[in-house]
Amino acid sequence: MIAILGLAIGVVVGLLVQPTVPVELQPYLPIAVVAALDALFGGLRALLDGIFNDRVFLTSFLSNVVVAAFIVFLGDQLGVGTQLSTAVVVVLGIRIFSNAASIRRHLFRA
Amino acid sequence: MTDDEGVQPVAGESRVTPDQPVPPAPAAARAKPTGWAALASALHPRATRAQVLAGILCAALGFAVVVQMRQASDSSLSDLRTDELVRLLDETSTRADQLSRQASDLQAEKAQLESGSSSRQAAIDAARRNAAMQGILSGRLPAVGSGVRISLQDPNGTIRPVTMLNMLEELRNAGAEAIQLGDQRVTASSAFTGAPGAVKLDGVTLTAPYVWLVIGDPDTIQTALEIPGGALAYVRNDGGTGDVAKVQHVEIDALRTLPEPKYARLAPVPTS
Repeated sequence: MIAILGLAIGVVVGLLVQPTVPVELQPYLPIAVVAALDALFGGLRALLDGIFNDRVFLTSFLSNVVVAAFIVFLGDQLGVGTQLSTAVVVVLGIRIFSNAASIRRHLFRA
Repeated sequence: MTDDEGVQPVAGESRVTPDQPVPPAPAAARAKPTGWAALASALHPRATRAQVLAGILCAALGFAVVVQMRQASDSSLSDLRTDELVRLLDETSTRADQLSRQASDLQAEKAQLESGSSSRQAAIDAARRNAAMQGILSGRLPAVGSGVRISLQDPNGTIRPVTMLNMLEELRNAGAEAIQLGDQRVTASSAFTGAPGAVKLDGVTLTAPYVWLVIGDPDTIQTALEIPGGALAYVRNDGGTGDVAKVQHVEIDALRTLPEPKYARLAPVPTS
């Protein structure tokens, strides 16, 4: 409940403040968002598995974001930033799908 | 899509950490109330550390999502990578080159069309001027301009046709451009016949006073007619009198219809 509330508050704050993303962070924000989504789905799945742990959730959330951003940064430095961003998004997308499938099985038994 | 549930934990958070107490309930007993029940219990608002933490993280996520959405919707070039920008620049400059080439082509075509139409217009103007000139010279068209008005009195009916011809020659020498005698146009093919007192111009008998309307340089014509031994002197010798008046605006409206040439044909214009 508090999580949903927090999500809503974050959206509202984002809409109200309308911040501009610093130029050097602009390539990393979309990847970080996708990584955080992945962590969120993972946490939801762990919750339904009954193995949710807030410490693990926090760590995975932050490390996912940082690692994803770091990979993209590394790719930019190597000159393959675009391709590596695509790769990260694909991997995270697959994980989100598999987590979503797991959640679906828990909730609908199908 | 991969469905790795229960096979191998993929996400880090699904890993059972050592400090996490393993659920004491057996797997079968745990499996039954899971799902919606677990979700409902999780949704139940409690101020536990986990709930607050998840709330904070979700808030951060929502914030980031909204910011990124706004960024993606109004971002144009600033977040593109170098190679994309280079490609974009290439395409744009190629397109610009194409368009400027096209523009110069079209401009050249426009200039060509304009010069074509203007030269055509010039040709039409020249032809019109030519036609007007020919029409005036041949007596086909009426003419106006400065000139003189000559009236010859012939009280005794003694002016000879040759005197009139002399007058005409004198006028032509003085540069007369259009001549009317009485109500007849005098042209290159005009002829004076008849007898003294009954002079005929092109077969039409003239009656005194003979009035000449002439377009040309008034001063030259007047001087030419009045020199000693000139045309007016001939008239006086014949027993008539004449006077020349300069007129600023002479109107010659007698016309002559030209017969279609019966034998003469237009010679082919040599193409140069």
